[in-house]
Amino acid sequence: MELSTRKHDTDSRVIDIIACVLGGIALLLTLYPLIYVISASFSEPTMVTTGQVVLLPVLPTLDGYKTIFEYGPIWTGYRNTIFYTVFGTFINMVVTLPCAYALSRKDLVGRNALSILFAFTMFFSGGLIPTYLVVKQLNMINTIWALLIPSAMSVWNMIIARTYFQSSIPSGIEEAATIDGCSNVKLFTRIVLPLSQPIIAVLILYYAVGHWNEYFNALIYLSNQEIYPLQLILRSILLLDQMLDMMDSDPEAQKEMMRLLQMKEAMKFGIIVLSTLPVMILYPFLQKFFVKGVMVGAIKG
Amino acid sequence: MRSPICSGDHGRKMRRVTRNWQLYLFLLPAVAVFLVFNYYPMYGVQIAFRDFRANLGITGSPWVGLKHFERFVSTSSFSLLLTNTLRISLMTLFLGFPIPILFALLVNEIRFPKYRKLIQTVSYAPHFISTVVMVSMLIIFLDKDYGIVNKAIGWFGLGPYDFMTKGSWFASIYVLSNIWQNMGWDAILYIAALSSVDMELHEAAMIDGASRLKRIIHINIPSILPTITIMLILACGKVMSVGFEKVFLMQNPLNTSHSEIISTFVYKAGLQSAQYSFSTAIGLFNSVVNLVLLLSVNALAKKLGETSLW
Repeated sequence: MELSTRKHDTDSRVIDIIACVLGGIALLLTLYPLIYVISASFSEPTMVTTGQVVLLPVLPTLDGYKTIFEYGPIWTGYRNTIFYTVFGTFINMVVTLPCAYALSRKDLVGRNALSILFAFTMFFSGGLIPTYLVVKQLNMINTIWALLIPSAMSVWNMIIARTYFQSSIPSGIEEAATIDGCSNVKLFTRIVLPLSQPIIAVLILYYAVGHWNEYFNALIYLSNQEIYPLQLILRSILLLDQMLDMMDSDPEAQKEMMRLLQMKEAMKFGIIVLSTLPVMILYPFLQKFFVKGVMVGAIKG
Repeated sequence: MRSPICSGDHGRKMRRVTRNWQLYLFLLPAVAVFLVFNYYPMYGVQIAFRDFRANLGITGSPWVGLKHFERFVSTSSFSLLLTNTLRISLMTLFLGFPIPILFALLVNEIRFPKYRKLIQTVSYAPHFISTVVMVSMLIIFLDKDYGIVNKAIGWFGLGPYDFMTKGSWFASIYVLSNIWQNMGWDAILYIAALSSVDMELHEAAMIDGASRLKRIIHINIPSILPTITIMLILACGKVMSVGFEKVFLMQNPLNTSHSEIISTFVYKAGLQSAQYSFSTAIGLFNSVVNLVLLLSVNALAKKLGETSLW
């Protein structure tokens, strides 16, 4: 007995060490690329392209950031993305929360059919072109609405909210409210919503990050640079090389392309930092909410 | 008390509908959005069987039966698209699926709460990086001349490789970078499931002389098996739908032999060359295969064990 316990202790210690070392490796592998990008953004561009930057900034400079500040389209993109994020998230919440609450009510006639109506879209869709044609028919192409209305609600987020309402709002509350002559609207706005702050925070965060990082719908529906979100502007700068094949042979366009290419080298790291910064700054404070969202959603996936 | 839902009384049901009329108002915006932007396109999917012309409209365009499907299957790109899509998705399934589970098991074994918290917090961070930024970072890190990856393998006398323009690297780069970005986030569920494992089970096993490794294998893994099953079913349902966003951004003229997948082809055929019907047919083919896969894996899971989606 004595001997086997000691054997267990060594076994256990080996696992401790392995877990800590592997965990440390995972930690470094995750952090390193992020640190590198930040360091490179503060380094002299030639130091980056000659491979001198390894961990810390080399020949620290703010030139990259200066170029960015003088480059108009980025700020247009920034402004647009802030608008899409704020206004879009607002629409998301106004559509999602009431819907989730109604579906959380067991006394709602037609509850199952309606739930299936929403859930089915998670597994089957009409596809890219039929959806595009609908948006086109509604004259939403090249308007801000194309980014706001078709994606007004994510079924997954609605399910998270519904699950929360079902499990956290005391179930007798609606009877009590009806007896007191309180309407459903009042019940929802005065009682349910104040009790649901954690889930409201989760949804705002999910939707907001989604809008901030969104580029696909913008790529499909928008062609007017003035209303491009930040990610699409980023793509036109950061992934310029990928798009070189689209370059036409017009000498003016080529000159412009060359100018952009040079600017890109100076700006690319700074742009990555600036565009990811808002999410990353908020992230440590908000991560417990994000995690909570995953958990609530998982209770009844 | 609440009246039983299953009462066959029609009048009572009607009363419940009228009493809760405001709840239907709550549902109205969501239902409207979904009918217009999700269900109407499903009706519009019939253009896959027609020769769509904008001036004739969806129902006015002539029927052509399976013409577009036949054309898709007979083109030379069909097998290429299928192979590329499957290569990426199967690699995602075989590598991207188990690694978060292993990571969760690993984190669960770390006994220093602060260290453990740090690892977890940092591991979620990359999840919030946008696809555009992620792909730009890939291009930077994999650059032939100054990329840090080539530098690192240079120490071992390898390379330099021009990763992004070699098609044969494409799937590996895609899958490994996905793992980097989502490992921590995908592990959340498993870590949570592990933290709710009954400690008494572990204590009992320890008294019986089970080593820590044995307890991981015989207690921890079985207790997260239901979660694993559900996630696996969902993952299988996505086998044919490799996300458009990242692949499209990673593409360049030199790697298309390995990077052209069904969803990028749908985009190019549909929106760039305006072959609406042809593109819709390919999309529909893809959706149907996905749905069938999901249903069959779910049915299989139901047969083999108790866990299934519905």
